Amino acid sequence: MVGTTGHTVKAFDEELGQLRALISEMGGLAEQAINQSMKALVRRDNDAAMKVVEQDHRLDELEMEVERLAVRLIALRAPMADDLREVVAAMKISGVVERIGDYAKNIAKRVPQFAEAKDIGPLAILPEMGKMASEMVRNALDAFAARSPEQAKAVVERDQALDTFYNSVFRALLTYMMENPHNITPCAHLLFMAKNLERVGDHATNIGEMVYFAATGDHLGERPKVGADED
Amino acid sequence: MTNTQDTSTLKMTARNVDIFYGDKQAIKNVSIDVSMEHVTAFIGPSGCGKSTFLRTLNRMNDTISSARVTGDIRLDGEDIYSSSMDVVQLRARVGMVFQKPNPFPKSIYENIAYGPRIHGLATGKSEMDQIVEKSLKRAGLWEEVKDRLQDSGTALSGGQQQRLCIARAIAVDPEVILMDEPSSALDPIATAKIEELIHELRGRYAIVIVTHNMQQAARVSQRTAFFHLGTLVEYGETSDIFTNPREEKTKDYITGRYG
Repeated sequence: MVGTTGHTVKAFDEELGQLRALISEMGGLAEQAINQSMKALVRRDNDAAMKVVEQDHRLDELEMEVERLAVRLIALRAPMADDLREVVAAMKISGVVERIGDYAKNIAKRVPQFAEAKDIGPLAILPEMGKMASEMVRNALDAFAARSPEQAKAVVERDQALDTFYNSVFRALLTYMMENPHNITPCAHLLFMAKNLERVGDHATNIGEMVYFAATGDHLGERPKVGADED
Repeated sequence: MTNTQDTSTLKMTARNVDIFYGDKQAIKNVSIDVSMEHVTAFIGPSGCGKSTFLRTLNRMNDTISSARVTGDIRLDGEDIYSSSMDVVQLRARVGMVFQKPNPFPKSIYENIAYGPRIHGLATGKSEMDQIVEKSLKRAGLWEEVKDRLQDSGTALSGGQQQRLCIARAIAVDPEVILMDEPSSALDPIATAKIEELIHELRGRYAIVIVTHNMQQAARVSQRTAFFHLGTLVEYGETSDIFTNPREEKTKDYITGRYG
């Protein structure tokens, strides 16, 4: 799909390279933010959680930098065909990755709520869900870097598993809340965290769809839905 | 390849056209349709044959003795290379505008009136005045020259001269207008005026434009044909060609990786 040869104008290739590097950096930061918020949750480490919250501004800055560079590239280089689709995709992806960072921040902000809470079963499985979500983010960004429609499609297909995971966490938390009213507050927080992770997966899926379009010029068909029994 | 279309607005059709300059083959088996409703752009690197092909559409290549054309080219279903075709009449029906504006060294009025006069399109002075005015209006030049129709055409600016040449082509009431790099010698504003003019003329005339400026092809045309080494590589909707070309060669060319 991608032209193996570079552009006649070398500076064009360099600027596209810069754009890709910025997107990769954003993806790495977002993935890290999810993992660190999960770690902070498990260890009840408020300082680590605060760090996730503080570092989020870097994603905001990078998003603006991507926008600036993409607009400049469109104005000065007039990209066409797959180049144009890639620049447009980069601009959209940066916005989505920034949102993923917000979800990680949101999760981290809830960590202090668990300082005194005793162990709740689902808390132990949340990091597993976090791992799946952050892997989807990484795979989506890898697909972008490789301009691979196959990898992009694999990310989209994986979203089902994360949705299923979310549904089971949701049921488990309901059970805990019904068992003991004292569990309601921490469980409600966990529910929001799980929902955030599920949204991260949706965003990673969107990135996969954008990468697929950028790489092929065609839209991926309707994405498969798993038994949507809530929200 | 989908380089043909079946609509009722087809104006010209070319089938299996080969063009040779002596032993050298400049165009290889090109089939393409030109319709009334679309502006058709020919793009491709220098020497790809796009201008050569354009010039066969009104037999301008007849003036080159070594040039030989085979295949089938029709205007409204009529074979333009048949012996019964009147070439002078053909070139009135299929007008042409060149890269460099080439007004006659005569007055603005005479530049327009010359064609209609030799084709006997006007019976008197007032009818000729009407043709001149209508043609200059359609070419977007009337307001700028109406008070100095007796000035020399060559005294106009480059952009005005090019619009004068378009008005001259329009004056003989053509059906097709061929443009070979019509704005490559003009500044951006004059270029924009030509592009706006092409937009206004669309539908009234079938327009085919050869351009090296891909942005221009993207701006003015609805159909784009990409030529490479004498072959027609890809022909389709302009928006598809520039956002999602199907052929690797087209993509490499329009993204600036080749050519």
